Amino acid sequence: MDAVFLIVSALKIFGFTFLVILPLVAYSTYAERRVCAIIQDRVGPNRVGIPATLFGFKKDLTFFGLIQPLADGLKGLFKEDLTPAHVRKAFYWMAPAFTAAPAFVTLCVIPFGSAVTLFGHEIQMVIADIGVGPLFIFAIASLSVYGITLAGWASNSKYPFFGGVRSCAQMISYEISLGLSLIPILLFFGKLNLTDIVTHQATNGWLLLPLWNENGTVIHEGYWQSSAQQWLLLLPMGISFFVFTTSIFAETNRMPFDLPECETELVGGYHTEYSSMKFALFFMGEYAAMIVGSALIVTIFFGGWSLGFGLDTALLQTNGGDWKWYAGFIHLGAFLVKTIAFILFFIWVRWTVPRFRYDQLMKLGWVVFFELALFNIFLAALIIAAPHIGLLKTMLFGFPSLIVIAALMFFITKAAEGKRNVKIT
Amino acid sequence: MAIVKVKRPKLRWYEHLYLPAIFKGLGITLKHAIKTLRGKAPGAENMASSGLGVTMQYPEQKWDNQLPEYYRGVPALVTDEQGRERCVSCQLCEFICPPRAITILPGELQSDDPWAKVEKAPREFDIDMIRCIYCGMCEEVCPEQAIFLRQDYAMTGSSREEMVNDKGRLYEIGGVREGLVNKWNELK
Repeated sequence: MDAVFLIVSALKIFGFTFLVILPLVAYSTYAERRVCAIIQDRVGPNRVGIPATLFGFKKDLTFFGLIQPLADGLKGLFKEDLTPAHVRKAFYWMAPAFTAAPAFVTLCVIPFGSAVTLFGHEIQMVIADIGVGPLFIFAIASLSVYGITLAGWASNSKYPFFGGVRSCAQMISYEISLGLSLIPILLFFGKLNLTDIVTHQATNGWLLLPLWNENGTVIHEGYWQSSAQQWLLLLPMGISFFVFTTSIFAETNRMPFDLPECETELVGGYHTEYSSMKFALFFMGEYAAMIVGSALIVTIFFGGWSLGFGLDTALLQTNGGDWKWYAGFIHLGAFLVKTIAFILFFIWVRWTVPRFRYDQLMKLGWVVFFELALFNIFLAALIIAAPHIGLLKTMLFGFPSLIVIAALMFFITKAAEGKRNVKIT
Repeated sequence: MAIVKVKRPKLRWYEHLYLPAIFKGLGITLKHAIKTLRGKAPGAENMASSGLGVTMQYPEQKWDNQLPEYYRGVPALVTDEQGRERCVSCQLCEFICPPRAITILPGELQSDDPWAKVEKAPREFDIDMIRCIYCGMCEEVCPEQAIFLRQDYAMTGSSREEMVNDKGRLYEIGGVREGLVNKWNELK
């Protein structure tokens, strides 16, 4: 291990956690309140600021409520952090850490940008560029199930226990569709290294917006001659995107899957008995998981940090291969814009869709998404293999086997409903 | 009343996907958001909104000129147009006040007073505004039309003592009220 690598890694960890993700967590709580207020025809927090009228000035300095997260953080620090007498102390204290820590660890593998060159060294803007990116995220994010279940059980009280059990069942159900929906991506790219996925999409068009490839953009002739597979792939990649996004909603206990923590059902769910800083840790863990989920969706389906439309070639050095020294910052900006757009989409969906009943939720995870993701794998495999095995074999073997598999999935879906007198939709 | 059986509507195959309905919902929410940002949310004009949604931003905008005339604000004692302080310390309001916010010490009017035939006037009259619930029972029960609830609502203080209105303060807030029944005047 040489010192430069250690120092650079430490700086990257510090920079990305404290200067990018934590402010994003704080401001996504502010954005949540503001956006939900605007959707509901009202204003939202806009008054936290310096009360200049106390000092004799005419108007307060409001900063439009942008320091509201700072005020919330201060409130959390000064609030009484009480431990009820009836809880199981060890697990009660460990549970918030088990929820917040995995969420922050998973941001190690997300590529925030391409590379910057400072003091002669080229620094990649990923903390750990490992070959199994999304798998690492799934593995570590599964640890947060422990946190929520422990919180529910250690609280030694009915409603948190229900919340913890429901949340545990929900999260492990949707991890299956999360993994299965990524297999078409693996089939197409051949590897799971997130940086390679992004660089491939930078030149060959984003998975869900295939408006350019190596031979030019939509306005060039060469593009149309080589883009057939890109457009055909839109179908399985679209289904994959839908299943993946919905599973990320379910993994982070976010509407419409927030049955474990909603107020009308369970008082507060698994975080009922928690106050001030421990509750703030749960909250931060949930928002950090949401941000990492958005970042992952952006990286895999929308090209991560790439600017798109062939514009990234303008940021390459003239001798080809390396990036210009400032390219990383521009790419970081593009990445943040896309991630923030997705966070706003998360918030938008939360305040639009009513939450699912628990049996509808489990049925969705085990019956609908599981079968859909399985069928999607075969569909993507057929479309990716078609240019290699020729049209005849595709027609003779590919389509019939696809229809057989679709029928099998449909039959399983129907059989899973069981024998009932009343069919519940 | 008869029993009404409500049937679940039969969904067609494309409605079973639920996705079109979700997208329609997302569209409605987006429309609300855009209208709010432009200040044209439904109900914005008649709720005196501040320009963002239907919210009225309180200290900068107030709704005082739209308060109904029967609005129940801070209670106060009144003087009539002849300059007489109307309260006779009958203590009916003290008796009926639900949170017992009113405290009265009755007293005698001196014999050289022009209104000596009334015989009684309060020596001390305190209303504790922290206890007052603005119900208006004192105004309703007063036989002398002496206590009325005004239209002020913003009564603040920085200590419990500051929030008790004594007799002088109550007559100061109440002012002069015209058009009352002057039953103690001489018959013509």
